[in-house]
Amino acid sequence: MRLLVGIDRSERAKAVLGAATARATDTGDELTVAVVETADGPSIDQLEREVQEHLSARSIDADVRSFTGHAGSQLVEFAEREGFDRLVIDGGQRSPLGKIQLEDVAEFVLLNATMTVTLVR
Amino acid sequence: MTRVYPSEPAGPFESPPITFEDAAGRTVEIRAYTGGGFEDFLEMYLAFDPKDRAQGIPPTNEPRIREWLESILTDDAVNVTASAEGRLVGHATLVPDGTEEYELAIFVLDDYQESGIGTRLITALLGAGEDHDIEQVWLSVERWNSAARALYRKVGFEPSKTESFEFEMSLRL
Repeated sequence: MRLLVGIDRSERAKAVLGAATARATDTGDELTVAVVETADGPSIDQLEREVQEHLSARSIDADVRSFTGHAGSQLVEFAEREGFDRLVIDGGQRSPLGKIQLEDVAEFVLLNATMTVTLVR
Repeated sequence: MTRVYPSEPAGPFESPPITFEDAAGRTVEIRAYTGGGFEDFLEMYLAFDPKDRAQGIPPTNEPRIREWLESILTDDAVNVTASAEGRLVGHATLVPDGTEEYELAIFVLDDYQESGIGTRLITALLGAGEDHDIEQVWLSVERWNSAARALYRKVGFEPSKTESFEFEMSLRL
């Protein structure tokens, strides 16, 4: 299978990348990472640097692509164009009370993606 | 994140303790939580109907319930309980998010719902919030849950973020 991992915020990048790479190591899935920009998130250069560091520290071979513009639609469009089997994204943060809150990117991807989506908790 | 709050405060609200008779004729006592009684909370949440969960809370198994309770039964949070027939049947909480803002949630056991306990519990919690000089309260509620949204509106909450998955409402005390 070909997996596309969408990364939009630093604090969750490790967890999302970790889950996707652990799975890819077990199954031999081919991994591509898409770094996307959000209004309240870090710059695309910073995110990309963090992703590259994470991957090289673990000797993981993955293509890393960057996208600006509307994050959710960029992810879905790229995944469709390149025929990915699955999109792996952050499954939301928890509020002070512990409630799961889906971010805009996750919501858009869930509603619009035509391939299987995995939310990482 | 900047949240929008109504310009005018809601209330005033009556503070606990409050004793009343619910629609089913049961005597219900509402009290401010001052510590202890952890096992009573645990018992209530173990009996909580999974269909009444919202956005992943309350958690469903004992270790996770314990961990979650430890994170909300804290000194800087405000907790109010409803007891009837010798056990805890409702719990409402205001949890700080590190700023001036407090997140609200309310839980009532299935057998005690639709008997007026929820309304008394939430207004008592807001009364306790006033006692603690809390001014900004927000909550999120699932879009489809019109019963909960109606309850929040009735006590003075106004929609504050309506475009995302969960519906957010806020209230000024």
